[in-house]
Amino acid sequence: MNEVVKVGMADVQTIVAPLKLRTSGLGSCVGIVLYDSLKKVAGMAHIMLPDSKQARQMVPNRAKYADTAIDDLVETMLNMGASRQFIKAKLAGGAQMFSFAGSSNLMRIGPRNTEAVKEKLKELHIPIVSEDIGGKSGRTIEFDSVTQLLHIRTVHEGTKDI
Amino acid sequence: MSFLQTLQSHHFDILKEIGNIGAAHAATSLSKLMNTKVEMNVPNASLVDFQDLPNIVGGADAEVAAVFFRFTGDSLGSMFFLTTVTDAEKFASKLIGQSFSFRADDEQVQMGISALSELGNILVGSYLSALSDFTGLNLQPTVPQMVVDMAGAVVHYGVLTISEVADAAILIETNIIEVDHRTNPINGQFFFIPDPESFPTLFEALGVS
Repeated sequence: MNEVVKVGMADVQTIVAPLKLRTSGLGSCVGIVLYDSLKKVAGMAHIMLPDSKQARQMVPNRAKYADTAIDDLVETMLNMGASRQFIKAKLAGGAQMFSFAGSSNLMRIGPRNTEAVKEKLKELHIPIVSEDIGGKSGRTIEFDSVTQLLHIRTVHEGTKDI
Repeated sequence: MSFLQTLQSHHFDILKEIGNIGAAHAATSLSKLMNTKVEMNVPNASLVDFQDLPNIVGGADAEVAAVFFRFTGDSLGSMFFLTTVTDAEKFASKLIGQSFSFRADDEQVQMGISALSELGNILVGSYLSALSDFTGLNLQPTVPQMVVDMAGAVVHYGVLTISEVADAAILIETNIIEVDHRTNPINGQFFFIPDPESFPTLFEALGVS
């Protein structure tokens, strides 16, 4: 059994193979996996909100926002020996679990998080290899740094590897 | 955040009183509705880091049945009525008068979900109206939404508005227990999560500063 590193809500973690990365209970949050398959370096972020520029905190938690979490993840991975041109991404999450009539922008947070993550990855020229995004279900995801497969478990829709 | 960190123990005591009043009335409603004996535990009010939030509901992966509301009016915030899937099935069985499982056919599941939503609606309605009476604040619930899913994913919705300004939320928690069968009690959990900007209004209405 290879050890699993847990990634909490608004958290960023990095590993080298053969460790695994896992985050549980992604709802409207998005789980972002970045990996360099040559250097066997991988990282995972569990972001809650799209944009750190909209933060209303004196010292925002960088791991909470799509833009800053991805920046930090890439920087740490480069320090660990990853090559920028080889970094690829896999995504999961961004569900819309509740839909309130006349719902505020905030309740549409899942799709907004997804858009922000994709925007940021595009800006950094990081290709998205696979994704399991949207829908209504919560997800628990686990990334295997050896096979580079992202295992996804849901309550209602079973499991899959992407 | 700074405001939440300035709160002292007497603030938390008065917040527990919210849990007390609200859940006591909800427990009475439940008792009448199901014609059984319902008890409640001592409420808990605390500042919880988002990281630790899922642990309170049995872990981020734990499958729960949740009825979720926002409340609006003089104060804003989120409310949950949460149970394990097994206990939700027991509640639903009692309400519809026949054995209920989330694994049944679609029609039966829909009936159970609608009964549970209505149960949540009644309980949260009596929780909020008791609180309104006590504080003189006008508090209105939105239409309830019920889901069965992972606890971590569900409770996150309750702290969405807070996540923009903080990394922790004040959670007022009360458990009610249907004890008709001592050996086989049914548990339900209330979470009352005011938005940060609602605290000055709440404290003023409760007579503390």
